[in-house]
Amino acid sequence: MAASSMKDIKLRIKSVESTMQITKAMELVASSKVRKAKLHAERTRPYFTTLYATLSDIAENNREFSSPYVQARPVTKTCYVLIAGDRGLAGGYNANLFKAMEEHRQGRECVTLPIGRKAVEYCHRSGLPMLTQDYDLVEQVDLDDCSAMAELLCKAFRNKEFDELNMAYTNFVSMLSQQPAVMKLLPLYYEQKQGSAQRDSLTLFEPSSGAVFNAIVPEYVTGLLYGALAESEASEQSARRAAMDAASKNAGEMIESLSLHYNRARQAAITQEITEIVAGAEN
Amino acid sequence: MSSFHLQIVTPDGEFFDGPAQRVKVRTINGDVAILDRHIPYVTALGIGEAAVTMEDGTVHKAAASGGMLSVTPEIVRVVATTFEWAEDIDLDRAQRAKETAEERIKKAQDAKELELAKAKLSRALVRLKVGQ
Repeated sequence: MAASSMKDIKLRIKSVESTMQITKAMELVASSKVRKAKLHAERTRPYFTTLYATLSDIAENNREFSSPYVQARPVTKTCYVLIAGDRGLAGGYNANLFKAMEEHRQGRECVTLPIGRKAVEYCHRSGLPMLTQDYDLVEQVDLDDCSAMAELLCKAFRNKEFDELNMAYTNFVSMLSQQPAVMKLLPLYYEQKQGSAQRDSLTLFEPSSGAVFNAIVPEYVTGLLYGALAESEASEQSARRAAMDAASKNAGEMIESLSLHYNRARQAAITQEITEIVAGAEN
Repeated sequence: MSSFHLQIVTPDGEFFDGPAQRVKVRTINGDVAILDRHIPYVTALGIGEAAVTMEDGTVHKAAASGGMLSVTPEIVRVVATTFEWAEDIDLDRAQRAKETAEERIKKAQDAKELELAKAKLSRALVRLKVGQ
């Protein structure tokens, strides 16, 4: 009996060790990726903020727009762009994002544009209608894809397929903290700042304010998508790194306690053998 | 000549942030040059050559595409989708991009593909022209 339990424990230790090797390797991969993703996110951030600042400046000073992008409609259908990962094993990264989106949605009717395999799977599972499933590999989405997506979204918005466009992504706060967020992209609406109401509203638009806005808004959506992707990528890798770090630590602890059990079982087996020999000799 | 605060940003990072005497860009309506004390102005950018005259009078050329130009009394912003200084342009890569774009135009199945390929080609041509 003792021998078989020793063998069991040995096997268990072996399997935990190989799991630890995998989690260690994944942690290393994630840490090298997170460095790259972080740099990328930091590089795109000025564009993200400048784009937003410029558009709010324009919209704030010019309210007579006839562009469909600035007109708020009663919301019957919402569209969500869901930016999740391709793979699991990243702690709560994917689950937290879906939770944030569901919280924001509150059961209202919606369509989605999932980016990343986990997002596509989630929409399938929850039976949410999808605009397209083409973007199921988040790591391969580039600027051209973003601009194609923006084109698709803006067109659907103009055709009144939905009345509001939101984007769910994960903000990269730091290596240890990632914050899922839902951001409203369309229609554009900016709070009028107090005191700046009459500021130079004589901006010259060429060829016309409407035309400029219609040309810029898809670019704006593209830029925000691209920025959110960079943030999400950095978040995913750092979440995975943290999850794998915790897993490796757990495996280490498990191996330690298993070796203790193993030694105990070995000692018990030896004691038993001695007792048997002694008992045999006495007879 | 007096100078103004110019900022150039793209998704790949900030390319310029500082004083400039003059900035020339290709808009959807043609080339536009902005000098100091321009009235507030907004337009969308096309695909073409851009040129920045620095404070010391030297001119730096670049290839730019997409995005917008916004002029406010405080700052002139070029928010471009792509922006490359002439000295950073990889001519071999631009040449290859031109060839693949030409091939795609030949093989294009529908109007959308054709449009994408054409945009790629004009970007590559601008880069070749600016880089040489």
